Amino acid sequence: MKNLEEKIFKALMIFASVTILSVLLYILYVIISKGLPSLNWDMVSKIPSGGFYLGKEGGILNAILGSLILIAGSVLISMVISLPVALYINFVKRKESKFSNTLRFAFDILFGIPSIVYGAFGFMVMIYFGLQASLLGGIIAVSLLVIPIMVRSIDEVAVSVPQDLIEALKSLGATQYETLKVIVRQISPGITTAILLSIGRGIGDAATVLFTAGYSDSIPVSPMQPAATLPLAIFFQLSSPVEEVQNRAYAAALILTIIILILSFSTRYFGRKMSKSKL
Amino acid sequence: MIDTAIAAPDKPSIKQKMTIVQSLPATHLKVEGLNVYIHGKHILKDINLNIPEKKITCIIGPSGCGKTTLLRSLNRLHDDASEVKVEGQVYVGDEDIYAKNVEVTHIRKKMGLLAQRPTVLPMSIFDNVAYGPRLYGTRRRRKLYEIVKHQLQAVGLWEEVKDRLKTPAVRLSIGQQQRLCLARGLAVEPEFILGDEATSALDPLSTTKIEEMFLTLKEKYSIVLVTHTLRQAKRISDYIAFMYLGELIEFGPSGEVFSNPKHKLTREYLDGSFS
Repeated sequence: MKNLEEKIFKALMIFASVTILSVLLYILYVIISKGLPSLNWDMVSKIPSGGFYLGKEGGILNAILGSLILIAGSVLISMVISLPVALYINFVKRKESKFSNTLRFAFDILFGIPSIVYGAFGFMVMIYFGLQASLLGGIIAVSLLVIPIMVRSIDEVAVSVPQDLIEALKSLGATQYETLKVIVRQISPGITTAILLSIGRGIGDAATVLFTAGYSDSIPVSPMQPAATLPLAIFFQLSSPVEEVQNRAYAAALILTIIILILSFSTRYFGRKMSKSKL
Repeated sequence: MIDTAIAAPDKPSIKQKMTIVQSLPATHLKVEGLNVYIHGKHILKDINLNIPEKKITCIIGPSGCGKTTLLRSLNRLHDDASEVKVEGQVYVGDEDIYAKNVEVTHIRKKMGLLAQRPTVLPMSIFDNVAYGPRLYGTRRRRKLYEIVKHQLQAVGLWEEVKDRLKTPAVRLSIGQQQRLCLARGLAVEPEFILGDEATSALDPLSTTKIEEMFLTLKEKYSIVLVTHTLRQAKRISDYIAFMYLGELIEFGPSGEVFSNPKHKLTREYLDGSFS
């Protein structure tokens, strides 16, 4: 009887793992099989020509650069905000204080808000200030989207920092600021994970940037101009009636996937290198 | 019989307290009328204690009697906990460490704390020991190297780690880590070493090493140890403070306390009637 139970649960776990893996593989298969034929050097090195709805010429360099700048800006801004918040609710306030738990709850709610709401909110604010869709608007909207993820994932590791470590530092005579510096070092693997998650969520999101960053066929040169992003490039091309253009959407999806892969691996690599030399 | 003794401990009379205070050699640290409340609960009750200079003083007593609370009061580790209220005075020399104008980092520099479990900093072996000196402004590499070497030698770790000073300190064994923590504490040149059951997480061999270390270190430092093992207290202590339910019941030279405890509770505790 016990044995049977064991077997059933094992089978269920294997089934679940295989299902999720096959879905992932199928997505990759579709992207690659449809995208790879349309993928060529022009795609990644040229901006579109002949209008992006019907255009079969040129590439999506504008969207690639737009997405990269957008995510770099957003991760930077949200890190500058999230890290102090996570440190504050864990080490300045007590971990389990009412304030900290309220803040955690708030970020959990923000975490669950659909990205289109962030986009709409950003858009509303921009209208209020009389701004048009721009790269900067997109960066701010994506930052809003990403901050809850970042705070909560840094918080996750910050909670587990042992009180003993803090007391050891204090009894050496370290001030609050000096203690926090060592703590940041201690949780640096968690910070790396937070950045990874944020990149993943931010770079692939179309709804946030739809109203805020807009779309443009040219390479972004100023933060006040609209900028193209990969998710929107996929969206617009996919909604074209021309099959060739649709296939270019898959190629764009393939490029986006590769970019995320490269960013994940390099973040992990540098994260490990940093913790190796400093840990 | 024993139960009633535990429920209602006899308070040491004023006369007894007076003798406790008077029968001591050079006092390094003086606790006067220390009361500590945690969440409004009276944890330490009017503690008066003189810690002698360059001796090992062991604080013993059953769990929950306030040993650790007392130890943590000595370097103001309660400061950040808003639920803890401390009243009374603790003098190091002539200085009341709880006086308003005293800076807490200045006090803590004088007290090297050794926790129950070793907590190495997330950095290399070298940086762990150099952390304190760097805090206090030593920047020159050569000077730091000398300090690190000297302190690692003092705790008998130098020969074991001298070829891998750059490796992360977490790779050391638990026993080595605890000695590293001791070296790290010594590197800020404290006057006291406070140990909170500093050997309870260690294997017997490492425990012996740490104990031997204490016996050597007492030539330079005043050492206060909280310990759960009576045998350890017997082996290394010069003075014994016995605490029970937040009160200091008995204090004296360890030979006297162990062979001829003045107080009934002390005797019962040493006999193992309760723990």
